[in-house]
Amino acid sequence: MKGLTKVFGQDPGKALELHRSGRSKQEIYKETGSTLALDNVSFEVMPGETFVLMGLSGSGKSTLLRCINRLIDPTEGEIRIDGEDVVRMNREELQATRRRKLGMIFQSFALLPHRTVLDNVAFGLEIQGIPADERHKKAEEVLQMVGLGGYGASMPGELSGGMKQRVGLARALTSDPDILLMDEAFSALDPLIRRDMQDELLEIQQRLGKTIVFVTHDLDEALKLGDRIALMKDGAIVQIGTPEEILTNPENAYVEKFVADVDLTRVLSASDVMRHPEPVAQCTAGPRVALHLMEEHDIPGIFVVTRQRLLRGRVTLDDAVEAVKKGKAMAEILITDIPVVAPDASLSDIISLIVGSPYPVAVADDTGRLKGVISRGAILAALARKGEDINATA
Amino acid sequence: MQLPKLPVGEAAEWLVDWIELYFGWLLDGISEGLRYLIGGFQDLLIFIPAPVLILLVSVLVWFVTRRDIRLAGLTALGLLLIWDLQLWDLAMLTLALVLVSTVLALAISIPLGIAAARSDPLNAALRPFLDFMQTMPSFVYLIPAVIFFGLGSVPGIIATVVFAMPPALRLTNLGIRQVPRELIEVADAFGTTPRQKLFKVQLPVALPTIMAGVNQCIMLALSMTVIASMIGAGGLGYQVLVGIQRVDIGMGFEAGLAIVILAIILDRITQNLVPQRESQ
Repeated sequence: MKGLTKVFGQDPGKALELHRSGRSKQEIYKETGSTLALDNVSFEVMPGETFVLMGLSGSGKSTLLRCINRLIDPTEGEIRIDGEDVVRMNREELQATRRRKLGMIFQSFALLPHRTVLDNVAFGLEIQGIPADERHKKAEEVLQMVGLGGYGASMPGELSGGMKQRVGLARALTSDPDILLMDEAFSALDPLIRRDMQDELLEIQQRLGKTIVFVTHDLDEALKLGDRIALMKDGAIVQIGTPEEILTNPENAYVEKFVADVDLTRVLSASDVMRHPEPVAQCTAGPRVALHLMEEHDIPGIFVVTRQRLLRGRVTLDDAVEAVKKGKAMAEILITDIPVVAPDASLSDIISLIVGSPYPVAVADDTGRLKGVISRGAILAALARKGEDINATA
Repeated sequence: MQLPKLPVGEAAEWLVDWIELYFGWLLDGISEGLRYLIGGFQDLLIFIPAPVLILLVSVLVWFVTRRDIRLAGLTALGLLLIWDLQLWDLAMLTLALVLVSTVLALAISIPLGIAAARSDPLNAALRPFLDFMQTMPSFVYLIPAVIFFGLGSVPGIIATVVFAMPPALRLTNLGIRQVPRELIEVADAFGTTPRQKLFKVQLPVALPTIMAGVNQCIMLALSMTVIASMIGAGGLGYQVLVGIQRVDIGMGFEAGLAIVILAIILDRITQNLVPQRESQ
């Protein structure tokens, strides 16, 4: 997508000219009554990437999204999908592209109220002229995938919000498009269901590898879903980057302000706050060694690992004292059922594990190797530190 | 002081003469066609024995109201009353007039309504005509109808069609324009052709509104066929008219009652043709 500009109004040509001569949005509006909705926007989306357009309402993000499938015609610029410029397509070409390559999901679900769920999901294929049995079979499969198997005969009016949006998602997926355009797709759902849908989308994305352009005003959502995020303001992109880059390295005051009140527990992951796991007890060592290590470091428990640092479990101070007294072996006092998180787990998940337990949480990678430990103190320290950083720069 | 009178009346007369002179053949053709149509309808309705038709209509009501046995029963009772009052043949003529005029009115107004919904200039051009047609006292339609088609059922139908058309046209237009923007975007985003968009999204979504227009159209057609009896359209309306002229209260009341019964049955059938949808 290159140099995309959109002017709403009677005389876009004149507005464009004024804009080139350096007038502001307000001046252009006063003089021509036209609104400059998109101002020379350029970006590129990689295949299989989830690209989030984020901004406040009126920032042009939904307009930009609608330019991609030309629900709104851009005034200027080009949009290339697989090298073909959508802006210059004639009606037939545009129709074909919309049918095969683009799927869209709407904030208000926009299900057709007169059709059953199944016929809603099969809509795209019906438009393409696929025979009824075939498209219903495919639609049934996709419904199954989004967890709505068996709801095909229901009418949209009978479904809850979350279910409606699953139907919306299924409808977009049924024609198997390469690109999904999602316009505030989850914004109308309540928070719990929204989170479920986000997880579901991530899972579907992992399985199908679609390219997703996702519009949202919710930074938490953007950070969770986006491989890259473009932050928009007044029709222009202020910054493009990975969630990490946007948060840690905001390009200007606007971005900083936007990210200032982000919930850090969602952004920071286990690997950001974990400490090096020291000390640990080897599983070949006896309880006496473990006890010694714990006393020396003044800790209430210790993780037990193999020589390859594969996590075996934990031994507590009390159990170790007991074992030394009664001469029990290490294996007898080893607690194997302990909470373990992955390095990319979010802090908000870890906090719920750590509350009510005096012991730190172990961080292990997917081979089971102990990577670090997280104590309550470490989390608080990390939150305080990040909070200060952001406050200092805002 | 007196202003010189503009020859509006003379101009109208001249126009009528001109139309008769050059389009007389067309008017005759229309006249013949309509006479044939209305005759056929009436013959069919009278050919079916009254008890059979009463049963058929009651079953139809039962069916479209989704098994509302009470309404079906009342329908049967009402029709039996008409039969009992010996107004059956007249009622069937009125029904035939209503059905023919409604079909014609819808055949013109729905396509026009669709066209008006898709084109703002056409919509703007149609609006003054519709306002004119709706505010003009219904009697006035009878005059040109009589002039062009003489007396009888045919001018009655013409006047009825003109009178019953506007609400169906307006509501079709409105229904399509009120289809939510997101649903139009859905249609576009999935790559519909304009025709697919119309038949798969716009018309089905607008259907409840359009059906309200159809209902209005039928109700207006019924009321107009009564008025059209003044130019010899026949049927129950004529009976009412005779009742008034002879100050025969009983006769007028019986015919009036039969009209009300027909109106209620037609109204209930058309109101229930499209199931009410739960709003999204």
